[in-house]
Amino acid sequence: MSTATTTHPAEHAVADYHGGWLRWITTTNHKDIGTMYMTFALVMFFVGGLMILGVRAELFQPGLQLMKPEFFNQLIGVHALIMIFGALMPAATGFANWMIPLMIGAPDMALPRLNNWGFWLLPPAAFLLTLPFTLALFGIGDGALATGWTFYAPLSVQGGMGVDFAILAVHILGISSIMGSINIIVTIFNMRAPGMTMMKLPLFAWGWLITAFLLIATLPVLAGAVTMLLTDRHFGTHFFDAAGGGDPILFQHLFWFFGHPEVYILLLPVWGLIPHVLSTFSRKPIYGHTAQIYSFIAIGLLSVVVWAHHILTSGLPLPALIYFMFSTMAISLPLAVLFFCWIATMWKGAMSFETPMLFAIGFIVLFGIAGLTGLVLADVAADAQYHHSYFVVAHFHYALFAGGIMGVMTGVYFWLPKWTGHMYSEKLGKLHFWLTVLSFNLTFMPQFFLGLAGMPRRIPDYALQFAEFNAISSIGAFILGFSQLIFAWNIWSCVRGGPKVDGRVWEGAEGLEWELSSPPPHHSWETQPVVK
Amino acid sequence: MKTSTSQLAHEGHYFVPSPSAYPVILSFGMFLLALGFIELINGFPLGKWVMLGGTGVIFYVLFNWFGQVIGESQSGAYRDWEDRSFRYGMIWFIATEVMFFAAFFGALFYVRVIAVPELGGMLQANGTTLWPDFSGAWPTSGPKGAPFTPMKAWGIPALNTALLLSSGATVTWAHWGVLKNNRRQLCLGLAATVLLGCLFLGFQAYEYHHAYTEMGLTMGAGAYGATFFMLTGFHGFHVTLGTIMLGVILLRSLSGHFSSERHFAFEGVAWYWHFVDVVWLILFVFVYWV
Repeated sequence: MSTATTTHPAEHAVADYHGGWLRWITTTNHKDIGTMYMTFALVMFFVGGLMILGVRAELFQPGLQLMKPEFFNQLIGVHALIMIFGALMPAATGFANWMIPLMIGAPDMALPRLNNWGFWLLPPAAFLLTLPFTLALFGIGDGALATGWTFYAPLSVQGGMGVDFAILAVHILGISSIMGSINIIVTIFNMRAPGMTMMKLPLFAWGWLITAFLLIATLPVLAGAVTMLLTDRHFGTHFFDAAGGGDPILFQHLFWFFGHPEVYILLLPVWGLIPHVLSTFSRKPIYGHTAQIYSFIAIGLLSVVVWAHHILTSGLPLPALIYFMFSTMAISLPLAVLFFCWIATMWKGAMSFETPMLFAIGFIVLFGIAGLTGLVLADVAADAQYHHSYFVVAHFHYALFAGGIMGVMTGVYFWLPKWTGHMYSEKLGKLHFWLTVLSFNLTFMPQFFLGLAGMPRRIPDYALQFAEFNAISSIGAFILGFSQLIFAWNIWSCVRGGPKVDGRVWEGAEGLEWELSSPPPHHSWETQPVVK
Repeated sequence: MKTSTSQLAHEGHYFVPSPSAYPVILSFGMFLLALGFIELINGFPLGKWVMLGGTGVIFYVLFNWFGQVIGESQSGAYRDWEDRSFRYGMIWFIATEVMFFAAFFGALFYVRVIAVPELGGMLQANGTTLWPDFSGAWPTSGPKGAPFTPMKAWGIPALNTALLLSSGATVTWAHWGVLKNNRRQLCLGLAATVLLGCLFLGFQAYEYHHAYTEMGLTMGAGAYGATFFMLTGFHGFHVTLGTIMLGVILLRSLSGHFSSERHFAFEGVAWYWHFVDVVWLILFVFVYWV
């Protein structure tokens, strides 16, 4: 893409940071903050995963074996919030922190102290979210949020103290994401190397730019919605209460005005990084760089005007149903452009199949299934059958696990050698990939059929006819969960040591980030490179 | 988008601040504030002390963190490149605030156009409704709500509109002052703006008192009371913040800070003030007037 002339010093002369744990708490360095985001995301990935293994254990057989239905509901809701706000979003922000300054030739993020604050808001929020579980053990309150992650009124208005904890946690998580987004937007607009025009900006940075705008547009609306929920709960307002002229459906509109763009918030950073991986291991330039940029923009714009397809069965008037159905389906056009560009990038390339490439190809296939089943759910007539069934659960796990989490794993394997200066174990990486892909399908493919057969979501017990598929799904979930220990071990060993890599790491890697040493110097681009 | 200016940007060194403990302490303060608040609304009396502690920590950090930034600014650490980062940052921060208010305006429009008429049977073809006595007309506290008197637009609210619009003019006059390096005009304009902001808040407090004690207009007064207090309340909170920020800028101007070239802090606060002003205009039209 570009030729860089660099004169950066190999070592930064002044060690302007503390040693030990104080370094991490007070850091203003984008790489340190990126590392903290990634570590936090990995920990939360296991916390949220353990919760859902509890759920799958309960669902292994019909009947109630392990837990009360209330606790089951709490596990489901907190699992979703942890995975979305604790694992996926921080992982994406970690990538942004690590890679955007390297990719655009910047010394650091534009607002470094704000950057640190954005990260350090996460641990208190995660603590608030999970604290009610502990409090319930001591007889205080009745556990965590039990409404599912969507907080639907009136259930959430009537719920216990756990809802208040979740509302405040969402407020803090929201502030964190907004600070991160502002920082990323400012960095991309103001810190690019001379000569790097917006159209030369790497796709990963473009994907994140659209994500950041979506966060800025929609997270404040979620904050407003949960604030209204809070006042309905404790200060006597009637936003979601028909007796006072309010409407519970209003909450659903506000929630999904945030909730649908949130899907693209989780996926756009991944769509940005996948082309870099495909191009590297196909040893060909990215196909359709410009087309992909315009697709990102189109998807970003469309994503804020399609929210009601999540509530097609809530009694919307017919014109609204038709509008939301067609606008939702329109998203498949720019998305198809992305798919064709990804495939065309690999077309006739000199391909090799290192772990990141395997994950990227797995992502394309499985995320394709998510897209196609999404079209089914967008259809108003079909949705009447599928709504709130396991079909939906399977669909969004193909989108958010195969699309989101596997995309993050692609990025981790791709960039880990750059970050640490060491190569991870390719053997363990490939084992991790095959176990993940097979057990993922074992877990979620049966759920499509469960949903088609009519099994509802968020139910701890079910009719006998669903028993076999649920058992298969639970077995798959446990294999999937324990396979991730390989991932954690591989990362840990790679951080600790391993074969040294050079700056470029991968033979076919292109871009400014590969011009720096691995690991890069403390202040990434001391002198900005000039992009020709 | 900004390629031409970035040709200048790369000349020199971007200011990357040294490590700072303020962000993590601020997060801890916010954690205490949130935890205390949850305790308080769930009937644990300890909560208010936890909240007080959290607020103390937050004020400690804000005072010192902003103090450090002002010190860096005065020492000349920020040049055009850093200045642009702050400007972009402030613009997108105000954009998030716009969307925050959009949520409450959305709720207002939804209840007025959809929820309330539907409860009154106005949207159903055959006019059937669960509450035959409920007309579905606005303003309302809903089918089961207590009676109340809605707030009239052409009293205190109109006066407050005039006050805020004037304050927008005075802050612009102060801006012209700083552009001409006329410190007297800058300080007088800012002082007038702070004064107008305080007057606005005083009238707003009087209006709230009147609503609660004599009009039966409370947060519990159905959809009208909820949207009225949520919108005007959050607006009033933002005016309070804006007035405090303007006060700080006034103190800085009195101590000789800002020049015609370097006055981002002034402009950032002025932008914020204009934003609060515009929100009030929309609020005046849709909450008080029509």
